[in-house]
Amino acid sequence: MTPIERDKIEAKDTVLYVDGVSVSFDGFKALNNLSLYVVAGELRAIIGPNGAGKTTMMDVVTGKTRPDEGLVFFQGDIDLTKLDEARIANLGIGRKFQKPTVFETQTVFENLELSLAGRRGVLESLFFKLSAEQGDRIDEMLDRIALAAQRDHLAGSLSHGQKQWLEIGMLLMQEPDVLLVDEPVAGMTDAETEQTAALLREIAGAHSVVVVEHDMEFVRALECRVTVLHEGSVLAEGSLEAVQNDQRVIEVYLGR
Amino acid sequence: MTHGKSHFLLGDRGGLVLLASLAVLAVGVPALNLGLGPESALHVPDYMVGLLGKYLCFALLALALDLVWGYAGILSLGHGAFFALGGYAMGMHLMREIGDRGVYGNPDLPDFMVFLNWQELPWYWHGFDNFGFAMLMVVLVPGVLAFVFGWFAFRSRVTGVYLSIITQAMTFALMLAFFRNDMGFGGNNGLTDFKDILGHDLQDPATRAVLFSLSAAAVGAAFVIGRFITASRLGRVLVAIRDAEGRARFLGYRVEYYKLFAWTVSAMMAGVAGALYVPQVGIINPGEFAPPGSIEIVIWVAVGGRGTLYGAVLGAVLVNYAKTYFTGALPELWLFMLGGLFIATTLFLPKGIVGALPMMTDPERGQWRKALAVFRNVGKRKAS
Amino acid sequence: MKAILTLLVAALVCALVAAPGAHAAEPDLTELIDGLAAKSFKQKTAAVERLAATGDPRAVPALTAMLEGRLYTLRTDGRVVVAEKSGGVFVLAAPLTGESLGQAVKKEIKKVRVNNRLRGLLRGVLGGLTLLSPDMDTRRAAVDSVLKARDESMLPVLEKAISAERDADLRGRMEMARAAIRLFSRQDPDARRTDLEILSGHPVPEVRSLLAEFLAGPARDDPALVEAGEEALDRVERSLEMWEMVGHLYRGLSLGSVLLLAAVGLAITFGVMGVINMAHGEMVMLGAYTTFMVQEVFRSSFPGAFDYSILVAVPLAFLVAGAVGVAIERGVIRFLYGRPLETLLATWGISLILQQTVRAIFGPTNREVGAPSWMSGAIETSTGLVLTYNRLWIILFSLAVVGLIALVIKKTAFGLQMRSVTQNRTMAASMGIRAGWVDAMTFGLGSGVAGMAGVALSQIDNVSPNLGQSYIIDSFMVVVFGGVGNLWGTVVGAFSLGIANKFLEPLSGAVLGKILVLVAIILFIQKRPRGLFALKGRAVET
Repeated sequence: MTPIERDKIEAKDTVLYVDGVSVSFDGFKALNNLSLYVVAGELRAIIGPNGAGKTTMMDVVTGKTRPDEGLVFFQGDIDLTKLDEARIANLGIGRKFQKPTVFETQTVFENLELSLAGRRGVLESLFFKLSAEQGDRIDEMLDRIALAAQRDHLAGSLSHGQKQWLEIGMLLMQEPDVLLVDEPVAGMTDAETEQTAALLREIAGAHSVVVVEHDMEFVRALECRVTVLHEGSVLAEGSLEAVQNDQRVIEVYLGR
Repeated sequence: MTHGKSHFLLGDRGGLVLLASLAVLAVGVPALNLGLGPESALHVPDYMVGLLGKYLCFALLALALDLVWGYAGILSLGHGAFFALGGYAMGMHLMREIGDRGVYGNPDLPDFMVFLNWQELPWYWHGFDNFGFAMLMVVLVPGVLAFVFGWFAFRSRVTGVYLSIITQAMTFALMLAFFRNDMGFGGNNGLTDFKDILGHDLQDPATRAVLFSLSAAAVGAAFVIGRFITASRLGRVLVAIRDAEGRARFLGYRVEYYKLFAWTVSAMMAGVAGALYVPQVGIINPGEFAPPGSIEIVIWVAVGGRGTLYGAVLGAVLVNYAKTYFTGALPELWLFMLGGLFIATTLFLPKGIVGALPMMTDPERGQWRKALAVFRNVGKRKAS
Repeated sequence: MKAILTLLVAALVCALVAAPGAHAAEPDLTELIDGLAAKSFKQKTAAVERLAATGDPRAVPALTAMLEGRLYTLRTDGRVVVAEKSGGVFVLAAPLTGESLGQAVKKEIKKVRVNNRLRGLLRGVLGGLTLLSPDMDTRRAAVDSVLKARDESMLPVLEKAISAERDADLRGRMEMARAAIRLFSRQDPDARRTDLEILSGHPVPEVRSLLAEFLAGPARDDPALVEAGEEALDRVERSLEMWEMVGHLYRGLSLGSVLLLAAVGLAITFGVMGVINMAHGEMVMLGAYTTFMVQEVFRSSFPGAFDYSILVAVPLAFLVAGAVGVAIERGVIRFLYGRPLETLLATWGISLILQQTVRAIFGPTNREVGAPSWMSGAIETSTGLVLTYNRLWIILFSLAVVGLIALVIKKTAFGLQMRSVTQNRTMAASMGIRAGWVDAMTFGLGSGVAGMAGVALSQIDNVSPNLGQSYIIDSFMVVVFGGVGNLWGTVVGAFSLGIANKFLEPLSGAVLGKILVLVAIILFIQKRPRGLFALKGRAVET
């Protein structure tokens, strides 16, 4: 059995399998032999100082950046390093950007409608008709992300926090297996932060959710396993308490 | 832009106004030209029919550009190339129609080929004697060029100003090529001295009236097609790509195919505009490929208001009317005005004339201020 | 060609006749000239060769007239005269002295007919007779015609010329001509080998065709000679090819330096600031018109110092274009940051206005910009390579400008501020850098450099309101090809495009070569959307 075949079999246990991935930009190693395994239904928080490689990790998983070496498998045997963003998204990996990114000149409803799971071909889009059932699903989502009142407002007119929620809603409309969520509570009030944590906890289970965040209170509220990244590789992994008491983590965060 | 509750055409007030005006023009102008004698006050003189026909061709060209720039955010500085290619396809047919009535009386070869001592028709001229084939080429040649160009450009994610610059390089390269005599398109002088089209004399007011009506119909048809595209989910995806290309990609849309579709359709429309233009002005030459001409198309769309389709039509007609007027009355001032128009529109009128008329853009009238504010914000936030 | 030759010969004749110390008259020269009217071509040839052997330049008018078909004999006494048709009659003159002999009608005279073989000989003989001219250019032209005619009768004169020649280069050419004549006239294989040796040291196109002719003809039967001939031909061809390469390279560098000058300002405004300035070409044009104005002032006020007008124009053009650039940045562009497509359109509008303004002030036609004496002239090699001084200066100037910019960016406080603002605007602003001021100055710098480019381009291009237009697309191609935000990339981009253009030109013609380069760049951008020397990483993706 070749190492790759063995890896593939191991990979079957996990939804997202990242193993030994390295990426460098002009000599700077953004990821250095990073390994990460996410199982179905898991909620996982990823923390780490600036430049630890959190966003690059997401870029690699979603096909935006090709790794120099390493394996990235989805659902056991789908090699993500060979696919592009659109294909990966259609396979069931959703991504929320660090900066909330919604389609500002379209209404909240239209934003969700564009995110509806389904075929994404050009001609299918040209002759697309929204079914009553799909309309209902959008309305449900509007309730879930508390934007029902803003249904026909332009997304650009929403507050920062509302945009974050809309983007999470758009992700959910895709019905992905894995959600990669980059700093979802940046710029949110405490109340909104709490609501967001609750929302993500609720989502997990049906989907795997990977959250990158700086806000420790928020991470605590997620009540999940935590991975600490540092200089492009995993420094520690475990419960928040365990991680926070890890000597190396303390060093990294408090400085040497 | 509310979601699909309203009909794609009936829900668009500006579009209905446009279609109605086009219908009135298509019937009215020929009627007033042919039906009334020159002594009548309402008579539309022949030259005016030609002039208005030219404006309509430009309007169609502007509409084509708006489809890619206003919706998909692709600023083409080379749409003149597609227009000219359509024009050349039509010109080649009209050259073949001349037959042996040319100066040299050669039944097969156009005059310029006889002049260059060519012995036989180049292979790519074959078939153009057939009107249907020529019309097919009018859309196919620009369409294929756009498809190939777009295939490479969009797949390798050339966007923004880089794309604009290479579209400009494309039309520039074509211009240089068409200036060459041995390309077989008449070199410097291009194709001209046309006699008739489908047996109808091109100088005959009746023929010209029909061409005018056809131009109006073509603008109308292009508007309906464009409106069908932009009001569909495809149109919303295009806008989504314009506003946040990465987001659209991560939602699973193959951005390059969407762009390619809009780009190719737009190029074909531009080709049709060129084909209608050539018989009405009687000449096509490599000057139509010149990069400044293509940039001028952009200002028509910008002045009218991009992202509405009818705004582009309005802009093309207004700017060209101004051009006709001022190049006649105050020729040395026209370039100052055109330059000023570029600056003023980008600085003070980012949504164009149509954008300044709120009733037209937003059916829920109260919201237009909000919509405009959002637009400004988008402009500010969209970092390079 | 023939007309040029005629003119040349006429000029030579004038020069010679006027020259002091002409040879003393010999009694038989008239007789020899009369011999030109012999019956058969063979006899005529012999007569020409006899004349040539005298080496007397006074035979030149008669031979020239014979070559041009103006030599006649009088039917009355068979005397040879030069006749010029004037209206219905012929004006006659003595071939040797040029004194007038009255008029004649057509019936009274008979043309001395020549054939092509004789014409070739005449040209060579005429060349030989002027080989001893005191004027060096005349002698140089004479060697060329001797080489072309390759007639044995030239040898004595040629020997004389070689021993008298003081210029080493010209003597080399004369020896080459001698070797060329001997190669065909001598039979001794060893002597011929020496000739081949000499010829192979002269990589000029004439020698190439001559050697080919030798191999096809006289050498055919002697294998050893064929081998030696082929070796010589090989040597000549190789060095010809090399010189051709050098020529392409030089022309490529020259074009590259022009592209570099036009593009380097863009590398700052587009590359560093991300601003698409479609009016960049007009900054170049303003620089060229500044040169024109400076020269006008010099012409009227300090005509003696005209050679230094360029030195004044360079800084002034920088200031003029730079000031206009700052005004554009403050007046328009700063409202459009972050909206590159709008910036493109607005600056296009500015370019139209600037062009029209210049057209209104200076008129639409080309303006004459003079070249200082130290920029005119050229180095010319015998292999046909011409290196003009103005192109050489422009190559140096372009490199100096780039070096200066690199210095400003890397070493000065302003350069540091500029880099910090472009890397992180908010951070820079919070450190107390006036970001707006830095923007304006950066844009001014880019525009000013374009103005300096205009001074250089005014030396090689037409100074008209459209000057800038012809460079804008090329400039963008250079910057995009080289990679945005990288001065080094711009240098490499400019020179590679210049050289590629010049190497393609002979293969495909100038226009097609340019089209090919454009298409290549369009394809290249697809492969590497961020150019040759692209910045990589997260920062550029946002």
